[in-house]
Amino acid sequence: MQLTIEFGGGLELLCDSKKIHHVNVEFEQQNEEDKLTMRELLSWVQTNLIKERPEMFIKGDTVRPGVLVLVNDCDWELSGQLNTSLEEKDVVVFISTLHGG
Amino acid sequence: MEGKRNVRICCLCNERRASLKRPKTLQQICTECFYLAFENEIHQIILSNRLFSRGDRVAIGASGGKDSTVLAYVLSKLNRVHDYGLHLFLLSVDEGITGYRDDSLETVHRNQIQYGLPLKIVSYKDLYGWTMDEIVKLIGLKNNCTFCGVFRRQALDRGAAFLKVDKLVTGHNADDIAETILLNILRGDIARLSRCSSIVTGEDGPIPRCKPFKYTYEKEIVMYAYFKKLDYFSTECIYSPNAYRGFAREFIKDLERIRPRAILDIIKSGENFRISTTTKMHEQGTCERCGYISSQWVLIDDQSSSGDGGGSTRCCSSAWWMFTVTVPEALRSISHVCSGGGQNQEKNKEKGGSLHGCIHGKEDEEMKVVFIDKGKRFSAVQSH
Ligand SMILES: [Zn+2]
Repeated sequence: MQLTIEFGGGLELLCDSKKIHHVNVEFEQQNEEDKLTMRELLSWVQTNLIKERPEMFIKGDTVRPGVLVLVNDCDWELSGQLNTSLEEKDVVVFISTLHGG
Repeated sequence: MEGKRNVRICCLCNERRASLKRPKTLQQICTECFYLAFENEIHQIILSNRLFSRGDRVAIGASGGKDSTVLAYVLSKLNRVHDYGLHLFLLSVDEGITGYRDDSLETVHRNQIQYGLPLKIVSYKDLYGWTMDEIVKLIGLKNNCTFCGVFRRQALDRGAAFLKVDKLVTGHNADDIAETILLNILRGDIARLSRCSSIVTGEDGPIPRCKPFKYTYEKEIVMYAYFKKLDYFSTECIYSPNAYRGFAREFIKDLERIRPRAILDIIKSGENFRISTTTKMHEQGTCERCGYISSQWVLIDDQSSSGDGGGSTRCCSSAWWMFTVTVPEALRSISHVCSGGGQNQEKNKEKGGSLHGCIHGKEDEEMKVVFIDKGKRFSAVQSH
């Protein structure tokens, strides 16, 4: 699945200071209703994009409090957070609010 | 299970697609309604607290970070739309931190052009004769944040005086204030607890400071900057952050996730604390010698590993403790020592040996002092 993943607010520093990543996420569909969700994407991002200090990005099974997530410019709190399902060409943005003011 | 394809409609206009959930109200709203609500709330805070008067010259403490960038944007917009009649300035401090402040100042330079606001930069190098890079080389990474904060505070005052402004506004948001309230409770710092909860401070000093974002959530500030594509700088200072403060921040963010209102409720608690009249307060004082306002001092036991905390005493109080002052060589040229007497030595000893002392720069800067007491070494810096 082709996705665009963006990091902002200092999170880009965890992945070689690269803000925008065009990625292809392999996803094994067990049956037809199976969809890639943010839950799977988070662990994929952690494995494949985050190069250092993963604790700045993940806490427990979700993003660290203070990291904002938007899927197609929509707050993921409106779409079910980890259960948000993803589709081809979606844009997922992670922004840290924790850096300087 | 909700899927994102169930598009939600904004609960305010009932027309456009909702883009975010407001932490304060849990409303699901679109970007247009969000901009209006966000700006209007800050406008109401400014009006109800009478933060400004027509004709005021106002400096915006600008670091290039998200809060001050959004503050500069929103304040210039409100000034225009509601005709406040303010003269706005950007005021930045250059601490001399290579790879951090030089980059963030570039952002401030762009903001100056983008928002059409005059910019003044005051540098540690010009004011004090050294940069934070040089100081860190000298004193190491320990306590350098507290140290730097002391000087930044005064540098802002100097810059504000240079610009002849009536007020200085800073971008401290609701999360920052909740965090500071919590920290002051954890430290038992009652005097600062009531001060940090107020929207305006230093009204008796040379330049009052105010925090128009006192009730504004960090999440909304970042969302506003994101949707408006505002240009801000977001890299941590390369010198070590304050670990104790970091824990308080993490705790606040954890609470916010469970119950977003917690942030406003902590602020409400801070505002409504009633301190018993028998509590001894260390109040802000004025140095008898230089007349500069001095707040509390943080004493640091240099030989313990904890970088933060310790008892606090007041600069230039009436009670003095004998001390030896050693000043790092780089600072020696700009220091003189306020004379200290020993009349209350015994009393202070009973209180656990609190130390008082004060050292000033030639041009009345507060300085770091190192106390030697019974062979034990302490440093004191004026805290934020
Ligand atoms: Zn709307």
